[in-house]
Amino acid sequence: MPMFLKVAWLVMRKDLTVEVRSREVLYTTVFFAVACVLVFAFALVKEGRPLDDAAAGIMWISVAFAGTLALGRTFERERHSETLRALMLAPTSRPAIYVGKLLGIVLLLLVVEAVLVPLVGLLFHAPIASQPLTLASLLVFGTIGFSAVGTLFAAMLVRARSRDVMLPVLLYPITIPVIIAGVRGTAALFDPEPSVDLAQMWMALLVFFDIVFVTLSLWTFEPLMTE
Amino acid sequence: MKRLYLLGVAAAIVMFAVAPFWIMGAPDIDVPNATPDVLLSYKIFFYHVPSAMVMFVSAFVCGIASAMHLFRKKPGADRLAAAAGELVVVFGLIVLVTGPLWARKAWGVWWQWDARLTSTLLMWMIFLAYLLVRRFGGPGADRLSAAMAVFGMANVPFVYVSVNIWRTIHPTTQVVPSLSPGMRGPFWFCVLAFVLLFSLLLAMRARLERLRADVEHLYLLADEE
Repeated sequence: MPMFLKVAWLVMRKDLTVEVRSREVLYTTVFFAVACVLVFAFALVKEGRPLDDAAAGIMWISVAFAGTLALGRTFERERHSETLRALMLAPTSRPAIYVGKLLGIVLLLLVVEAVLVPLVGLLFHAPIASQPLTLASLLVFGTIGFSAVGTLFAAMLVRARSRDVMLPVLLYPITIPVIIAGVRGTAALFDPEPSVDLAQMWMALLVFFDIVFVTLSLWTFEPLMTE
Repeated sequence: MKRLYLLGVAAAIVMFAVAPFWIMGAPDIDVPNATPDVLLSYKIFFYHVPSAMVMFVSAFVCGIASAMHLFRKKPGADRLAAAAGELVVVFGLIVLVTGPLWARKAWGVWWQWDARLTSTLLMWMIFLAYLLVRRFGGPGADRLSAAMAVFGMANVPFVYVSVNIWRTIHPTTQVVPSLSPGMRGPFWFCVLAFVLLFSLLLAMRARLERLRADVEHLYLLADEE
């Protein structure tokens, strides 16, 4: 087990080192997420006032879109010089590589959310600071669920020709339950009369999805990545 | 084998021809002040619920066959999964069409964003995505779609219990066990008819895929010579 964690840690550290040196994915993803928020701001704000629950929806849609972009770019990088194949050839357990990749994506998206959430709070008068811990947990569990499926499919699609089209086609239907739970939970917190109980009910559902998705991904990663 | 198919097809035709008469003879639902419209529209239950049951079965067949293909690399399992995946979409379409037809009379609206309806639509979309990937995924699409089916199968229990967990306006799964004796006969008859139809379509579709694979194999052999 320590070996498993060590491999996961090394893969994650490698991904983050590459990212810290180039900052390519981080900058483009943050910019894209902010642009998403602005597009929605024009669509869902009427006479200077946002629609009910718009803030929660906009936040999660931006996270999902930006997440898809980040997943695509991260694995595109691995395609150059066939580094993903080299990683797969390493004499180590494949699920550990998956976990490392997953952690890298989750951390990247959490940084993006750190920019996105205050922006949504500012532009849509959402009370993001009223229940900071519950909101942060919702975001963390939602990001894990989304990235668990995303990392699996993005890794599989590295070899496919139509990967740019296929990633959203595969990813969105499966992760909609996560988005629903995230949006409803966040909307419960952003309500004029916030309901922490309701948010925690949705959070429990997110944890349930995380467990199912991570288990299934760990189980299928090995046969899926075998050529 | 061919004779068995023909027998099955004949039985399915007879069953689907007889079913409407039996359904019309079934007792009405016990709802106070129900208009004749509502009493008539509830009869769609005899098609809606069996097709939903078959859709769930088909999703399980597709998911399990896909897992077999992923872990054991059995081409036969892949062909079975392809056939079952298409049938999920077909029977899901029946569910999604008959549901709103009834809802228009019973609830007054065609569609309600309710947990059961949303999750069924979602499951249907997952299997539609499954077919898209199979068709346009390029090389390696069989394994990609197999993973999709495994995740789609994980969605089935969630759809099934969604009506019981969340307060929704869709009738719960307690409706079937509590049917009145007069309705039970035609209901299970319809379930049998749909299961028969499903098995026939599944077997035929899997056979077609097998023949197609055989032809391709023969082409390759002919090219080599």
